[in-house]
Amino acid sequence: MNTQNSLGAETAVRPLLPETRTVTLRVNGTTHQLQLAPWTSVLDALREHLQLTGTKKGCDHGQCGACTVLLNGKRINSCLTLAVMQENKEITTVEGLAQNGELHPVQQAFIDHDAFQCGYCTPGQICSVIGLVNEGKAKTLDDIKDLMSGNVCRCGAYVNIVKVAQEALEKNTGL
Amino acid sequence: MRPFTFTQSQDVDTAVQEVSKEGAKFIAGGTNLLDLMKIDVMSPSHLVDITQIALDTIEETEAGGIRLGALAKNADTAYHELVETRYPLLSHAILAGATAQLRNMATDGGNLLQRTRCYYFYDTHTPCNKREPGSGCSAIQGYNRDLAILGTSEHCIATHPSDMCVALAALEATVQVTGKNGARSIPFANFHRLPGDTPHLDSNLQPDEIITAIELPANGFATHYTYLKLRDRASYAFALVSVAAALELEGNTVKEARIALGGVAHKPWRVPQAEALLHGQQATRENFQKVAEAYLEGAKGFGHNDFKIELAKRAIVRALEQATKKEATA
Amino acid sequence: MKENYTGTPTNRVDGKAKVTGEAKYAAEFEAPGLLHGVVVNSAIAKGKIKRIDTSAALQLDGVHQVFTHENRPGYSWFDKHHQDEDAPPGSPFRPLGSDEIKFSMQPIALVVADTFELARYAALLVQVEYETEPHETNLEANLDQAYKPKKYKSPPPSSPRGDAAQAFERSAVKLEEAYAHPAHHHNPMEMHASIAIWHEGGKLTVYDKIQGVQNSQKYISTAFGIPQEDVQVISPYVGGAFGSGLRPQYQLFLSVLAARELKRAVKVVLTRQQMFSFGHRPHTIQKLAIGASEEGKLQAITHHAFAETSRFEDYNEDVVIWPGVLYDCHNVEVSHQLVGLDVYTPLDMRAPGGTTGTFALECAIDEMAYKLNMDPLEFRLKNYSEKDLNEDKPHSSKELKECYRQGAEKFGWANRMMEPRSMKEGHQLIGWGVAHGAWEAQQQEASAKAVLSPEGKLKVSSATADIGTGTYTVMTQIAAETMGLPLEDVTFELGDSTMPKSPLEGGSWTVSSVGSAVKLVCEKLQEELLKMAQNMKNSPFSEAKPEEVSFANGQMFLTHAPATSLPLTAILEQHEGEPIEAEASQKPDKEQKNYSSYSHSATFVEVQVDEELGTVKVTRIVTAVAAGRIINPKTGRSQILGGSVWGIGVALEEHTVLDHQLGRFMTHDLDKYHLPVNADVHETDVIFVEEKDDIVNPLGAKGLGEVGIVSVAPAICNAVFHATGKRIRELPITLDKLL
Repeated sequence: MNTQNSLGAETAVRPLLPETRTVTLRVNGTTHQLQLAPWTSVLDALREHLQLTGTKKGCDHGQCGACTVLLNGKRINSCLTLAVMQENKEITTVEGLAQNGELHPVQQAFIDHDAFQCGYCTPGQICSVIGLVNEGKAKTLDDIKDLMSGNVCRCGAYVNIVKVAQEALEKNTGL
Repeated sequence: MRPFTFTQSQDVDTAVQEVSKEGAKFIAGGTNLLDLMKIDVMSPSHLVDITQIALDTIEETEAGGIRLGALAKNADTAYHELVETRYPLLSHAILAGATAQLRNMATDGGNLLQRTRCYYFYDTHTPCNKREPGSGCSAIQGYNRDLAILGTSEHCIATHPSDMCVALAALEATVQVTGKNGARSIPFANFHRLPGDTPHLDSNLQPDEIITAIELPANGFATHYTYLKLRDRASYAFALVSVAAALELEGNTVKEARIALGGVAHKPWRVPQAEALLHGQQATRENFQKVAEAYLEGAKGFGHNDFKIELAKRAIVRALEQATKKEATA
Repeated sequence: MKENYTGTPTNRVDGKAKVTGEAKYAAEFEAPGLLHGVVVNSAIAKGKIKRIDTSAALQLDGVHQVFTHENRPGYSWFDKHHQDEDAPPGSPFRPLGSDEIKFSMQPIALVVADTFELARYAALLVQVEYETEPHETNLEANLDQAYKPKKYKSPPPSSPRGDAAQAFERSAVKLEEAYAHPAHHHNPMEMHASIAIWHEGGKLTVYDKIQGVQNSQKYISTAFGIPQEDVQVISPYVGGAFGSGLRPQYQLFLSVLAARELKRAVKVVLTRQQMFSFGHRPHTIQKLAIGASEEGKLQAITHHAFAETSRFEDYNEDVVIWPGVLYDCHNVEVSHQLVGLDVYTPLDMRAPGGTTGTFALECAIDEMAYKLNMDPLEFRLKNYSEKDLNEDKPHSSKELKECYRQGAEKFGWANRMMEPRSMKEGHQLIGWGVAHGAWEAQQQEASAKAVLSPEGKLKVSSATADIGTGTYTVMTQIAAETMGLPLEDVTFELGDSTMPKSPLEGGSWTVSSVGSAVKLVCEKLQEELLKMAQNMKNSPFSEAKPEEVSFANGQMFLTHAPATSLPLTAILEQHEGEPIEAEASQKPDKEQKNYSSYSHSATFVEVQVDEELGTVKVTRIVTAVAAGRIINPKTGRSQILGGSVWGIGVALEEHTVLDHQLGRFMTHDLDKYHLPVNADVHETDVIFVEEKDDIVNPLGAKGLGEVGIVSVAPAICNAVFHATGKRIRELPITLDKLL
């Protein structure tokens, strides 16, 4: 196993390079047309092509939740889906939450409860709390903790994040 | 990730044609496939997006069971009223797996096709017979804490990672597939394979076949059931051992028992003859222990995972006790 | 009246930037023509690269270059030019230095392409042939190779103190046990990333994920032989680091190398898997022997640590200082030995040495309490130390007893039954455990600059970092309070190597060091303002001495006659529309040398352990902390809460597993390396015990980053023992160990 895969081992059918195509993405209410190859994830499209860097890359494998965005109001890991597969759906990122300069109540609650430290998982956590409210499945404290467990916070702000989620559920501050 | 061509299919027939091309794979939820493509464990040269095919309906069947469209999302399935009320074991199993985000993306058909989470399968710099047939198994002599104790072979000790499938095995689902040669129905017990000397094959699905639906028989064991999942943290972790247990009780007498184990083998593990030990017997701890012993007969540890044998026995007993007492989860 | 911003719970001033996504982390800056670099890592742990073929990668349109040891540009040869501020003694690793492979996942090539996806693909096409040599990565199997390094990064306390061997022999009650702490990886949520931007003429602007921009600046400057003033390193936000950003990591080196060679801007972001390819908390085995009298007085402690290091640097940390810091025992023998393995050099990770050493010592102390049949808290109180016996110095302050008292009361410790397995609910065995810990309160020299605008807006800056610890916020509080300005009129800037000198952000010393400099620079501005006021016509301050004036509400006034006042803006008019500035450096006061200063914590934990299945749930944690003045109780509380979560990870979950056959860390992603998740965390209480300290630094604040973690893991371990009667001495306590 001392050599890595080589181009020679490639099958003849594989393209040398992927062809790009026009991909229409609806992000935070705005339609964008991008020239993308099919191998570009929604996360990389947001960060590298639309400069919407609020959505974070923490693992690129669906193992941390930092890349959480809302797709038609529900939470997904934007790292594990291809941009070409999400045309004409409504993608909401952290940049799309504040309205007319007013923070979304969940954003404000993150500040008030000090529900973050380094801030890197925070956009994902915020989208996740809003998704939690939208999805309407959390009935108990244990539900909240379980349904927020897809967002890892290495700083360990969970106690305060749960407070935000409880408050958001009480006030029904979804999207 | 290597380059690939990409196409979207609107119907099953086209999809089957497309996937018959060399190096082609379906993509739906993509949660496992893209994960693996990014680290070059899988490298299809052609992806067929099937998410636009209308296969996401959950409905009752004429036989009194339900049909889960292959493209129904895991979350939509778990929270579907029919599933919650009539197949709560399935609902609990799905919700024990992954995260809210992943369940919102992952499809039911895709869940069946998840690849193992073996450390070595995930690292292209190590030998792995599943990833690269003939290269050897790093896990047997290596770190194998998460790996299989039942149905292993000298070539592979990988486990199947799904929670949903453990419940589907217990509930005796059937998998509806369509290929170039038409449609067929695969009993769940025959869907996944043991590694044997072909560990690169996870299931008996043919390369040209698409899963269209998963059908569940009428009996959902909705009264006495438990999905017990044991893992290294309270959420967002694969099972070390999981148990789907379902009982039909008459008083305290067991009419029928279903037990499936997750995290212990290359497929959800059922031993019908061990289940049968309970039939007509009292639902007691002593009887449950007998079943547990029978279930783990032939189990073999590889060092780090020896503990799973004892853990699985205890988990079976606990799950059956909980099911008797109508406690759905741990 | 003067606003007391310090000591008041205050929302993070950078909060809005973080909740809107505006805060930019290292990988998120734009640059014209930005190229993307992806690193190729070695498949083997030891040997040589026989052949590396980059032709297939280079053949792809859009791939600019593949850098390897064969074609990389030259850089400085001397060790000292590669030694950064946090480098342990030895010869630092140089990326692409030669064909030699020194550890598994060593970076061996950098592919630079137009897009990230293309670079990632091209990296797969780099073909490598190795000449494999036998490697050794097993600490336990190589303890006979242990050595005391010629030079310690952090020397252990002088040893022996008294005669531990003899006192142990004579002790009525004896304990001898070994404890194992596995390797951990920091895994901040943000992966390490750098963007190096080359400018015409050779100057560089670099965005880096780092806990000290000036460390990166100096490292780049010496390693590549670029004048320091030609390198500007910027890092306004750091997505966690916990020590991983103390040393410049290889993505920085490679991005700079590529940017200079290609005369472009190059971004290199490590993958999560690559986050397991550099420094880590070392696997450490500790042998402890404790002797006590029948009455429960400690007679002897020996504490010997054996830890892994690389073959090229001697990393060590403060594992064995804790007997002398925590207990009143006069016969102590300690040592710290290293075992060189084919791994990358370990690296400081949140409470380095404290986490490891306190785990073993506090578990052993608990075991001894059980041998004596004495309440573990009572045993600790009986051996309470008023002095730092390592240094034979009094503490500048130590309210640990009060931590015990308040923590025990909140927790309800008095209701505890001594006997293990004495509490049970259904299948759940319930256990209560206690442990305590400490972390040194250090002050380093630091500088700050302050600029006061004619409008009375204050801007203070220092080249420090905010890795989530709240630096932006507490510095703003300190400056606003000192200058008597509203919080919103003050901004604090950091993370730019052109700013005044600051130490690395680590060791819990930032508030103490940078905070003291911020206070001093504000005081300098005040002196300047007084002089300006005295130059005004009919100045009411003409006779005033600096110590007689105060500042509040944007005014300067005579402390004894507050009605005599002037708005700062009026004074600033003297400066004809120009801002006034001051710069200051604060060094530790000499008086500090006569004392030891530590933050202290006491943690009480409740666990539930399933009697048959071995699952552990930490149901309650109460941590009482004495850390001097708490500048911001809100962000401070968050640090301690975070420390509790870390404690759960250390005790129950985290473990980077090495496959010794491959010499490779196999749990190298966040699926397999378990960090605690939301569902793992339950009731968590934080108590700040009042502690006055005039010696530790001008602020009286000791730092909270580390002390919150050290006592949590051992308290959990001790609670698991209380629940089950099983003593697990090898972390993490996973369910298999409790079956």
